[in-house]
Amino acid sequence: MKKDAFHHALKIDTDLCIGCANCMRVCPTEALRVQGGKARLEANHCIDCGECFRHCPVNAIIIEQDDFSQTRNYKYRVAIIPAVFTGQFPEDITTEEIHSSLMHLGFTHIYEAESAVDLVFKKQQQTLNSGKVATPAISAFCPAIVRLIQVKFPSLVPHILPVKPPLDVSAAYYLRKLKDQGVYDKDVGIFYVTPCAAKIAAVKSPVGEEASCINGVINMDFLYNKVYTLIRQKKDDFCAIPDRQQLSSMDILWSLTNGEKEHVANRSLAIDGINNVTAFLERVENDEIANIDFLELRSCDESCAGGVLTGGNRFLTAERLRKRAAKAPINNVKDILRYQKDLMKQISTNPVEPRSMLILDNDVSSAIRKMKQIQSTMERLPRVDCTVCGAPSCHALAKDVVQGKASIRQCIFIQKRLEQKDMMDKNESLDILRDIWGKPKLDKNR
Amino acid sequence: MKTQYDIEGGNFSKAGFASSEVKRMLKQLNLDIKLIKRVVVAMYEGEVNIVVHAYHGTAEVDVSEKRIRILFTDRGPGIKDIDQAMQAGFSTATEKIREMGFGAGMGLPNIKAHADELNISSTPGKGTQVEIICYIKKDHQNT
Repeated sequence: MKKDAFHHALKIDTDLCIGCANCMRVCPTEALRVQGGKARLEANHCIDCGECFRHCPVNAIIIEQDDFSQTRNYKYRVAIIPAVFTGQFPEDITTEEIHSSLMHLGFTHIYEAESAVDLVFKKQQQTLNSGKVATPAISAFCPAIVRLIQVKFPSLVPHILPVKPPLDVSAAYYLRKLKDQGVYDKDVGIFYVTPCAAKIAAVKSPVGEEASCINGVINMDFLYNKVYTLIRQKKDDFCAIPDRQQLSSMDILWSLTNGEKEHVANRSLAIDGINNVTAFLERVENDEIANIDFLELRSCDESCAGGVLTGGNRFLTAERLRKRAAKAPINNVKDILRYQKDLMKQISTNPVEPRSMLILDNDVSSAIRKMKQIQSTMERLPRVDCTVCGAPSCHALAKDVVQGKASIRQCIFIQKRLEQKDMMDKNESLDILRDIWGKPKLDKNR
Repeated sequence: MKTQYDIEGGNFSKAGFASSEVKRMLKQLNLDIKLIKRVVVAMYEGEVNIVVHAYHGTAEVDVSEKRIRILFTDRGPGIKDIDQAMQAGFSTATEKIREMGFGAGMGLPNIKAHADELNISSTPGKGTQVEIICYIKKDHQNT
C-alpha cells in the first residue's frame, strides 16, 4: 500500500455486531470479513460508501461524527448544509423554518453548500476545455467514487476532474467572509451537515487537497431529528436568518442524479448506485466507451437524496427538491461571486493518487506466483460464495489464503471432504466455525 | 500462468468478457497501467474479431514475468490477404455489423499499434490464428 493512515467514518461497534455477515455480502470492495463472530473492516479497502451501514440489521455500523457540543467552542458557528437536508422534511415545513430551527440549536450562520455551484461549474468547464484531463472526465463530486477509482480502477485516476465539490468552496467562502468582517480565524467553527459517510472521510482526510477548513462534521440524521422535534414543538417561533441566500434551480438540483450532467454541453452520462458505477467503469477501463466527455458518477441510488444518513425516502426527497427548484430563480447573483477571483484559485485539487488494493505483490514474479496459487486454490473451492468461511466469496477466501490471512480449512465444503477422508474430526471443524462465527452461534442449540 | 477463454462467434453482448477477465488478472500484478491498457485493448480487438467474423474461437493467455502472450485460435472463414486486412479501414464486415459499432476495419491495425509483436496465420475456409505478445520490461513495474 502506498499510503496507510486513511480516516474512515465507518466503524463497527463490536458490542452490537451479531456477526450476521450482511455487511460483508454487500461491500463493493470486499473490505469486510467475519472473525470471532464479529465483522472486521480492512481499512485500506474501505471507500466509505456506507453500503454496510445501509444493510446492518442491528445498527452496529456507526458513522463517527463530531460531538455536537463541540460547536460551543466557537463564537461563530457556521452550519454548511446541503440542499438534501431541507428536502427530507414534509412539504408543509418551509426552508425558513428549518434554517430558523438550526439557529435555535445554536448555529449563528446557515449557509447552503450548493451556493458555490456556479464557481464549481465554471471551473469544471474550464478544466474540461483545457484538455488536460483524460476523457471521459469523471466528476470528483462524490468522494466514495473518487476512492472507488483509487482502489479498484487505478488506471482511471487521470480521468478524475480535479475540481472540488461545492461544500469545500462554500466553507472557504464563509471563513473568508467572516474574516473580512474582522472576525478572528480561531473564533469561527465551520460545521458540515453530512448526508453520508464518504463526505466525512473526505473532510477528515481529503484526497488531493490540503487540510479542509471545515472544523467538524455533524451527521444529517442526528440533526434532522433535532430540527424536526423543534419544529413540531413550537411551530410559529421564527428567528431571523442572517445573510439569507437564495439557491438557483441549478444549485438545488446539483446533488441529485443528472444535477451536473444536465449542464454539460458535450456528450455526458449520469450514473448512480455503486454497483452500476463499478460495472460502467469496467467498460471505461477497457476503452470500450468512446466519445463521452463527462461522467457524473454517484455512489448512492438517487445520488445524495439516497445518502445513508438521510432519514427521508430518497424518491420523496428528490421530488421535493425538484419542486423547490421549479420555484427558484434560474440565475441569481450571489455574495460568493465577490470572492470569485480568489476562490477560483483554490477550487482545483491536486492530482489524485492511485492506491490499488488489488496488487498481490510489488514484485511481478511474486505476484504471478501468488496468482497461480489463487487459481489452484480456487479449483478446490466450491464457488458457491456461501460466506460460511467468513470471507465474502470463494475468490476472496482464496486470496486471503494465499496472503496468509486465512486457511482453506475454513471452507465448509473442504471440511466435509476432509471429514469423509478421516483427515479432520467433527470437533476440529466445529472449532474452526467457532473461530469464525463466535462461540454463542455454535453452542446455543446444544 | 495460463488461462483459457471460449469466444462465441456472433455473440456481441459477450464481446469483451475475456479481455475484462484478463484485465482483472493483470491489475493484480503491479504492472504499469499503460502496459495493462495496451494488452487489454489489443485483446479486446482480437476478441471482437472472432465475434464478428468467426464461428467459434479460444483465447489462450499466458503470463510470465517477461511477457504476456495471447493466442487466438478460431474456426471461421480465415483471411485471404493478410496484408490487405492489416490496412486501416479495410473491412469485410457487413453493413449490419457496422451499424452495431463494429467492423470499422481498425481491429488488426489497432492490435498492431498496441502489441509489441503480432503474428497472424490463416487458412481461408478453415480459420485464423492471431498471436499477440506484450513484453514486461523492468520499467513497467511500479515501485
